[in-house]
Amino acid sequence: MQLTLWTYEGPPHIGAMRVATAMHGLHYVLHAPQGDTYADLLFTMIERHGARPPVTYTTFQARDLGSDTAEIFKQAVAAAYDRFRPQAMIVGASCTAELLQDDPAGLSRALGLPIPVIPLELPAYQKKENWGASETFYRLVRALAGRPAETRAKACCNILGPTSLGFRHRDDLREVRGLLGDLGIAVNVVAPLGATPADLGRLGEAAFNVVLYPEVARTAAQWLERSHGQPFVETTPIGVKGTTAFIEAVAALAGLDPAPVLAREGSRLPWYSRSVDSTYLTGKRVFVFGDATHAVAAARVATREIGFSLVGLGTYAREFAREVRAEAAHHGIEALVTDDYLAVEAAIAAAQPELVLGTQMERHIAKRLGIPCAVISAPMHVQDVPARHSPQMGFEGANVLFDTFVHPLMMGLEEHLLAMFRDDPEFHDGVAPSHLGGRPREEAGTVVAPAPTTAATPVVWSIEAERELKKVPFFVRGKARHNTERFARERALPLITVETLYDAKAHFSR
Amino acid sequence: MTALASPLSPAVPCGPEIRHERGQRAVFCGLTGIVWLHRKIQDAFFLVVGSRTCAHLIQSAAGVMIFAEPRFATAIIEERDLAGLADAHEELDRVVRRLLERRPDIKLLFLVGSCPSEVIKLDLGRAAARLSGSFAPDVRVLSYSGSGIETTFTQGEDACLAALVPDLPRSHDESLLVVGALADVVEDQFSRLFADLGIANVRFLPGRRAADRAPVGPNTRILLAQPFLTDTARALEDRGATRIPAPFPLGAEGTTLWLAAAARAFGISPARVAAVTEAGRARADRALAAHRAALVGRRVFFFPDSQLEVPLARFLSREMGADLIEVGTPYLHRTHLAEDLALLPDGTAVTEGQSLDDQLDRCRAARPDLTICGLGLANPLEAEDLATKWSIELLFTPIQGYEQAGDLAGLFTRPLARRARLEG
Repeated sequence: MQLTLWTYEGPPHIGAMRVATAMHGLHYVLHAPQGDTYADLLFTMIERHGARPPVTYTTFQARDLGSDTAEIFKQAVAAAYDRFRPQAMIVGASCTAELLQDDPAGLSRALGLPIPVIPLELPAYQKKENWGASETFYRLVRALAGRPAETRAKACCNILGPTSLGFRHRDDLREVRGLLGDLGIAVNVVAPLGATPADLGRLGEAAFNVVLYPEVARTAAQWLERSHGQPFVETTPIGVKGTTAFIEAVAALAGLDPAPVLAREGSRLPWYSRSVDSTYLTGKRVFVFGDATHAVAAARVATREIGFSLVGLGTYAREFAREVRAEAAHHGIEALVTDDYLAVEAAIAAAQPELVLGTQMERHIAKRLGIPCAVISAPMHVQDVPARHSPQMGFEGANVLFDTFVHPLMMGLEEHLLAMFRDDPEFHDGVAPSHLGGRPREEAGTVVAPAPTTAATPVVWSIEAERELKKVPFFVRGKARHNTERFARERALPLITVETLYDAKAHFSR
Repeated sequence: MTALASPLSPAVPCGPEIRHERGQRAVFCGLTGIVWLHRKIQDAFFLVVGSRTCAHLIQSAAGVMIFAEPRFATAIIEERDLAGLADAHEELDRVVRRLLERRPDIKLLFLVGSCPSEVIKLDLGRAAARLSGSFAPDVRVLSYSGSGIETTFTQGEDACLAALVPDLPRSHDESLLVVGALADVVEDQFSRLFADLGIANVRFLPGRRAADRAPVGPNTRILLAQPFLTDTARALEDRGATRIPAPFPLGAEGTTLWLAAAARAFGISPARVAAVTEAGRARADRALAAHRAALVGRRVFFFPDSQLEVPLARFLSREMGADLIEVGTPYLHRTHLAEDLALLPDGTAVTEGQSLDDQLDRCRAARPDLTICGLGLANPLEAEDLATKWSIELLFTPIQGYEQAGDLAGLFTRPLARRARLEG
């Protein structure tokens, strides 16, 4: 048993729902008790879908156990076919029905429906949401992909991976379509998002595949490579460098020259990063956590394109631990691979970052620790489905990332200024801002107690050293404090004095 | 389980037309109750023993990402637990130890059963007794089932409160026990009204803290504040308490009848009731009047969800003048709801149970002015241009009593007012 306060991923059948809901003409019959219908609201509330997901739940009850749950399942499949007339169906069990061993595959086969009915085996006690999405997509592609076309235009590809409830998938897709269009590469099929089962039958007409999210589409793309001779591109077009590498990779497969597209203006990120007001971003300590694709990409953009220092990199996706470990090693740190929220919290507290790039859960951790944070990865929250176009991928995505990473720090800067001026007569804690009349401020709400830090031994500051630290300019004070404490800890100094402060400064400025 | 199989109650001779429907349901399971119960019992922790789905449900259903460190968690059953490689009880002990070390402020721990824990027949009652033994007196450990194969949505609260009953001290004193989680502010209002009526010994279940345990015995009268407390009422009756039949305290009329029923049971005169409730009734009438124009003649459709549907329908129909197209409810406790059912207009279509797609067909055909439904259905119906009120808000918002009658009406008028603004 695993104690879980928060989960990063849902169970694998949620991944199957993300695929089914993304597609048209596909229906999913899920053998599950009534509570499992909560999953509808992920799509209708978080993503604001205007239709129920194409899912029929059997919603069996205790009184049905042992007698006729299998019959309930068969009836549900037959009724769903009659009502929705889908081109294809997927059938499977959620965690509880898995224990009943009713055999959805055999039961649905026995119905002899005139459409493909694809059974899913999604072990709910071993696997999780992204694996479920990947497995579902793979099974669909295997069952429906048809034969490879005999002649294929070289500059024609499929885009694989975007799903419902994917982090910015909707907007990424628009960017990537635009890039491919600029290069002169035709898009044959996008799947799962917006595809029908019949569209999957046309996958073999493209020369190659573009995998946007390996978490969802790598397995299917590998199978298509083996069986259909379609190579695939898995370069993540996140950040200017990532997008450039992506353009070069797809152009090479399509036999086209990427130079004209690369010569265009592209993103504002490089200039914004080089402009002088960005100098204060240099070496900011950043902690990155998320799914593998977004975490690795964010780490690269943060370090190589914005000039931050990476102090932590991790993922909850064990299936992609290798990629994340490799990237972390590149930055001389060790990757954190865990889906234990408490372990992530401890790691962030210990790393003392100045910025956290994570999921909605790291946003909470960061808020508690008083660290600025930006969200870069699922699990999805209603805020992660903005009304505006807000991609992560492509050149516009790079613009979005610059703003996303830097704005929380600007807020941080503002807070530093507030702290710096807080003792001014018109600007102290007891007074409301002058533009609001400057009247005495009402009692503020209770302050959330900071989480226990996990830093090894506490270091003690002498009063003089603490006073001296306050003379250090505010924008480097956090770093000075951190470095001094590290210096003291490494030398097991019982007390930080003014001497220690300057010894540490000399030590780290080498 | 509930009394759903019972035949039509003879107490309702020519009231609503009740029919039963079976099929796909679109409702939460009883685990959802944790979201409001953990706010109510402030030093209790709810540990679901279940699957990743259970953890995901609680996290998603309530949008609970707003709470920094919640007082609920899931012990996720893994492959090795199922394969017998790990002793489930030892595993549970380990998880509970880790949890309590981290949260020394917890005084009451609920082990909450789920669909998978029920199917594999994990005996949480035994686990609770064992753990209670090791952590007493600092922490009491109780268990109940919130599983979706046994409980629907608000039945989770019923199961939780029923689990508290054996733990209540025994007393022969005359007392009134108000049963069902209410917002603290509502409890305080009711406490003042009962005191003014002259009912001295009034307690609430659940208490606000674990140590707050109301005594119960043969001279305890129970007044249900929520319509979904089948098992809790039975457990209290088994301990000798007597239930006071009453409509539920929703709306001004419901509140008055509810208070009057309690007063009658304690031999308090109707004149006293009228005098004590006069100010509250007047305020509620004023508040409701502001909303009535928006609801009178409006056609309302209830999908089954919270089991509050029958008293809400009674309120909308009698106090706000709405027309009831269909009142769906997951389960109908005909005895507890007899007074509310009797107040529904003759011929009201009450549907117990659900067959989702058929019910959606009926709703689309009727094109109601307002549809009360679960969160999963609200946006799809809105996209079909049907105004909706999602019912989980009726559990999170204080809606009982005189002072909240206007707020209750406001929950129903807001979607209509919002549409009017956007279309204007």
